[in-house]
Amino acid sequence: MTDTTMPKPRSELGEILYHLVRDPLGLTGLVIVVLILASALFAPWIAPYDPIALNVPDRLQGPSGAHLMGTDQLGRDTFSRVIWGGRVALQVALPTIGGAIFFGLLLGMIAGYGPKWLDNLIVLLFDTIRSFPTVMFALAVVALVGPSLNTVIVVIMVTSIPTYGRVVRTLTQSLKEAEFITAEKSLGASTPRIMAVHILPNVLGPLAVLAAMDIPTVVGLEAGLSFLGMGVKPPTPSWGSLLNDGYNLIRNTPWLIIAGGIPLILTTIGFTFLGEALRDVVDPKLRGKGGK
Amino acid sequence: MAVLDIQGLSVSYATPRGELKALRDVSMIVPERKIVGIVGESGCGKSTLISAIIRLMAPNARVAAGDVMFRGEDLLGRSAAQMRGLRGTEISMVFQDPMQTHNPVLTVGRQMMDIQYRDRLTKAEKRKRATEMLALVGIPDPEARLNQYPFEFSGGMRQRIAIAMALMAKPSLLIADEPTTALDATLEVQIIKRLRELQDDIGCSILFISHHLGVIAELCDEVVVMYAGEVIEAGSVRDVFHTPAHPYTRALLECDPGHIREKTRNLPTIPGSIPDLVNLPGGCVFAARCPQRHAACAVRPEPQFASPGHRAACHLIKAEVRA
Amino acid sequence: MLSFIFKRIGLAAVITVLAVSSLFLIVHMIPGDPVSTMLGPRATPEMRAALETRMGLDKPLIVQIGLFFANMLRGDLGMDVFSNRPVTEIVLNQVPFTLTLILFSITWSAVLGIALGCYSAVNRNSLGDRLTGILSVSVIAVPAFVVALYSLLIFAVKLQWFPAIGAGDAGDWGDQLHHLVLPSLAIGLSWVGYIARLVRASMLEVMGEGHIRTARAFGLPERRIVFGYALRLAILPTVTVIGVGMGFLLSAAVFTEIVFSRPGLGKLVIDSITTRNYPVVMGSVLFSTLIFVASTTLADIVNAILDPRIRAGK
Repeated sequence: MTDTTMPKPRSELGEILYHLVRDPLGLTGLVIVVLILASALFAPWIAPYDPIALNVPDRLQGPSGAHLMGTDQLGRDTFSRVIWGGRVALQVALPTIGGAIFFGLLLGMIAGYGPKWLDNLIVLLFDTIRSFPTVMFALAVVALVGPSLNTVIVVIMVTSIPTYGRVVRTLTQSLKEAEFITAEKSLGASTPRIMAVHILPNVLGPLAVLAAMDIPTVVGLEAGLSFLGMGVKPPTPSWGSLLNDGYNLIRNTPWLIIAGGIPLILTTIGFTFLGEALRDVVDPKLRGKGGK
Repeated sequence: MAVLDIQGLSVSYATPRGELKALRDVSMIVPERKIVGIVGESGCGKSTLISAIIRLMAPNARVAAGDVMFRGEDLLGRSAAQMRGLRGTEISMVFQDPMQTHNPVLTVGRQMMDIQYRDRLTKAEKRKRATEMLALVGIPDPEARLNQYPFEFSGGMRQRIAIAMALMAKPSLLIADEPTTALDATLEVQIIKRLRELQDDIGCSILFISHHLGVIAELCDEVVVMYAGEVIEAGSVRDVFHTPAHPYTRALLECDPGHIREKTRNLPTIPGSIPDLVNLPGGCVFAARCPQRHAACAVRPEPQFASPGHRAACHLIKAEVRA
Repeated sequence: MLSFIFKRIGLAAVITVLAVSSLFLIVHMIPGDPVSTMLGPRATPEMRAALETRMGLDKPLIVQIGLFFANMLRGDLGMDVFSNRPVTEIVLNQVPFTLTLILFSITWSAVLGIALGCYSAVNRNSLGDRLTGILSVSVIAVPAFVVALYSLLIFAVKLQWFPAIGAGDAGDWGDQLHHLVLPSLAIGLSWVGYIARLVRASMLEVMGEGHIRTARAFGLPERRIVFGYALRLAILPTVTVIGVGMGFLLSAAVFTEIVFSRPGLGKLVIDSITTRNYPVVMGSVLFSTLIFVASTTLADIVNAILDPRIRAGK
């Protein structure tokens, strides 16, 4: 039997993308995510109107040629507000998840690789943070400090750290026992080096999957807090505040609610599909790499 | 009348590569009150054979030809419900891995009583029966141990429990699929001894699969040697092991660590590997690895009798008999 | 078994202590004096004095925390800034509404989720399985409050099938049930998919294990094998997930109560924040944390009951 090998893809990322694109779910997710990111990035050029420009005579219109998603109670173009709202969503999601990954990695690797007492301490810290129902905790902090975008970012980041930390910890623990680590240790590699060079790359894959699946949650949380009036302050457009307006005007027009919900639903579907497809790509590779 | 009479059984699996002919024209008989062993290396079809007998086959498997007669009745024609009726009552099984055989979150007692669900006995009577069986296989303090969970028993004890469960309904046929392979040598000896005693007591037949030749020689009355889905030799243990008629059997005996007389650094092996069961080369299935192959081997040999009751599928026998 | 329960409750207590202490510390870390933080701008001088005594602000931090706990254990969470009623009483009045909503939601979604998961596992790759799979993946993370708003819009405002406001008349079970439908739909919808996928994966794994083959070899009926033997094992991760999920459900309940104007902890918190009634806010957060810790502890204990290996520490 002849040995047939696939042509070697150029890079790790290239290989991941290659597999992702061949999965219909993954492709759909990727397309949606790219659309969302692009529209947020290029908001000033894509949005047909200024999102905070008032136009009261044209208030509360339904969708039309001039206004794709209608207008809100102050005549602002809903579609533009949706586009710009994507920016806010990302402005919250990226630092939040970035920070959570950073601290989660740090604490998780220390917990997984370090001495048992430190591990126990960190796990206790994680469990304590996790014991607060997230929204309640966020509300408590907002109550004390006052609503603002930064508060939301910090709160969601802190409550997300255990999610990433626990995964990193479990992976580190299993990798710790892997043969190639023992080999490196016997060659005299120091702990920080082992952690940075060997454990870190193996952990990034699952973390990416986790992050992809987490983005809808974080975005949803920000939207929820803004909906409650605890997040972004008007007139900054946020999907959550759009929904809040829609809720207050629910008997006048359904379009604000519909418009506010669509981006959230799309974000959920896009990132979840992407995350699932990523997981299918990353998992078998991880199993082959050095874990048991 | 034989307990189990298999004639010309052929079973295939539908795979993406094509039809995998796992069993081809397999025939064997398990007489009443006898222990018949099946010997063969991985891939010889033992698992497929068992799954065909009790009809718990994979979804892509099908019986291409042949009969399986159990006490004179055709098994293959029976409905699924009828088969289910036989399992655990007339035909029982003991599996290879004792650590995986029992449900980990239910007590041993509960599991032993569950399998009696068809019997119209009170709970107390079922419990008593279970206790007696446990005692019979040598589990101390059986009454108390019924309330324990499988993880509280060692591997050897779990296998004994498995045997107890299999024999509880006094089946006509016990199929043991490599029951001692996962146990160490001393345990193996004990379990084999116990199995023999129980078989004598209960009077059932046993189909004993193993690749451990010593155990087969010790326990079985007759033996069937399988290779790559075919029966290549069958007969009494004495005939087959003392005067093996097929080159494969001879090679197997030579390679068995138990048989090696002189000190050697390298254990002998049979060179080569089993043929591709999807695209089978024609002729004798062992020809590619046989030290004695010759021109006639391009044709599939029919089973020949080297002596009464001792058959093997090899052209050389005809030649020997004639000579 | 008992020792396991004690150990687990002990752990829960430790975590509760830590969580409450964290809240306490956060209050103190806010710039400004803690009394203003806790009471807000509407505090009268008498209230400030009373709180200062209660909190023992001149004493070292450790003593303050100790006092706080002592009070908490006595059920004293302070006084409402406006009505001067005990916070504990105000909060406890609202807890049953939230608990009803949450328990109702998790019950229907768990039952449906487990049923769908079992069906999918036993009938792998059937139309039902694939449909459930796709729906689960897409619906899982849509935020509960979006579902709440949409269902409010469609079923309450437009179609008028269900009420849009409140929890229903006290004492009238039917009416209360009617009011529960949409809110619990919003909360439970994402959970159905999640649980179904979890149960499916679990069941598939368990059904491939050796002991299931044994059970079949002994002729046990398929129904008994699927439910009594396979599901019994496969359900364990789901129990844990449900226990942890209560935290998410509590969060979702906050939004849902606002959207449907239902009484409960969520509405209490939001109203209190708006009116700067900080003691009530703190009391509500504390209580919801307690509920959450209790549910995870309960889930672990249930798991230990179902799986003897956990009790034995294996």
